[in-house]
Amino acid sequence: MTNAAPVAERALFDAALAWRLHPQVALRDEAFGALAYHYGNRRLVFLKSRALVELVRSLEQYGSAADAIDAIAPPGEAQRYRATLARLCRSEVIDVR
Amino acid sequence: MSVDVPTQPLVLKDRFKQGLAAPICLTWELTYACNLACVHCLSSSGRRDPNELTTAEAMGVIDEMAALQVFYVNVGGGEPMVRADFFDLLSYAVGRKVGVKFSTNGTRISAPRAQQLAAMDYVDIQISVDGADAPTNDAVRGEGSFAAARRAMDNLAAAGFGQFKISVVMTRQNVPQLDALAGLAEHYGAQLRLTRLRPSGRGADTWEQLHPTAAQQRDLYHWLIDRPDVLTGDSFFHLSALGDPLEGLNLCGAGRVVCLIDPVGDVYACPFVIHDEFLAGSVRDRGGFAEVWAHSPLFEELRSPQSAGACASCGSFDACQGGCMAAKFFTGLPLDGPDPECVLGHGETALAALGAHAPLPSVRTDHSRAVQVRLGRKG
Repeated sequence: MTNAAPVAERALFDAALAWRLHPQVALRDEAFGALAYHYGNRRLVFLKSRALVELVRSLEQYGSAADAIDAIAPPGEAQRYRATLARLCRSEVIDVR
Repeated sequence: MSVDVPTQPLVLKDRFKQGLAAPICLTWELTYACNLACVHCLSSSGRRDPNELTTAEAMGVIDEMAALQVFYVNVGGGEPMVRADFFDLLSYAVGRKVGVKFSTNGTRISAPRAQQLAAMDYVDIQISVDGADAPTNDAVRGEGSFAAARRAMDNLAAAGFGQFKISVVMTRQNVPQLDALAGLAEHYGAQLRLTRLRPSGRGADTWEQLHPTAAQQRDLYHWLIDRPDVLTGDSFFHLSALGDPLEGLNLCGAGRVVCLIDPVGDVYACPFVIHDEFLAGSVRDRGGFAEVWAHSPLFEELRSPQSAGACASCGSFDACQGGCMAAKFFTGLPLDGPDPECVLGHGETALAALGAHAPLPSVRTDHSRAVQVRLGRKG
């Protein structure tokens, strides 16, 4: 019923690689940011800021996650956004292109 | 949803209290018809309502859900599988990426139906049992209902459906069976889901006899704290006043993240309050479900700051949020006071103050059949 890869096979987050919103994930905009729903593992994840939503949606347009963070994350927040993307990688909201 | 979602910081919880663009946990009862007559049925189901949504109307509701990005809908009843168009609606929904989690008594999950279900994506199944054995379950759900549920589980397992859920309403009679219920789920590789008994529908008539004792509530709380993987649909947040919060949002989501569409298309604040007082509108109204969700005066009121009333001075209010609106309403308690099962005993005091003859809310939506299963009848 689920198409999620076993934990061991999931890519670890590497900001030097190119990423995208996972093809099985849908985003729904909310006042606080967005809800992300993974149709494979059935998990609901909360993206808790507008900037984060923009970052996740824009990943596909950048050669690396680091470039996307540089372009979109508010000043001084790069480290926090990197950590958040790592969390979103673990929950399969984003995956490597 | 069941709101089977991870614990989030308070700031997000406060945003949720102001409502979302669309529900996270949308329950849709497809029919009032049911081939069982459980003594605690929330919706007093039994007979089909002649005014139930047609197939075309139901598909229109699914189109709205897809447009609103309702990622999944919790389908129930009545017994949803007795609707002749059940599988048509199921296919229509998953085809539009509206996943379906449906609750069933299992009587209609034959071997071929199990195979059909196993072949579908985005379908989750919750089989209801209210005890770990036939005598306990059948006393509430009717003679033969435990065996029927087990047959459904066997059929799903044989068809390779994968992980289904076993859904149990906690009662005084089955709290001592928690470990056995976990064992039943383990036997099938199923997920156990426990929910709270509400004094709603026919549950109002049986709540006194069925609701867990204060000691059982404490047992249940500690059992759940030790087992965060057991699903609860955020049912037991009133128990969070006993210590650390349970998994989930720990708030009443009525009209904020939760609502109910009933079989005739009426929209209520939550699945446990099928009563005019909590009727927000109808999917048949101009503007449809989206308009009701976004702008009904009832939902706007529920999303505005709520008074803690008699609970305001209680140190546990942040933990329990005053408990369940439906439980208060149907036991005759004020909505801005303690839950009838308040773990600090304030609910019992409030109920005692009401007296034995306090008027309880009556409902116009009873679809019970004339002859009902009697509580305590052995299977």
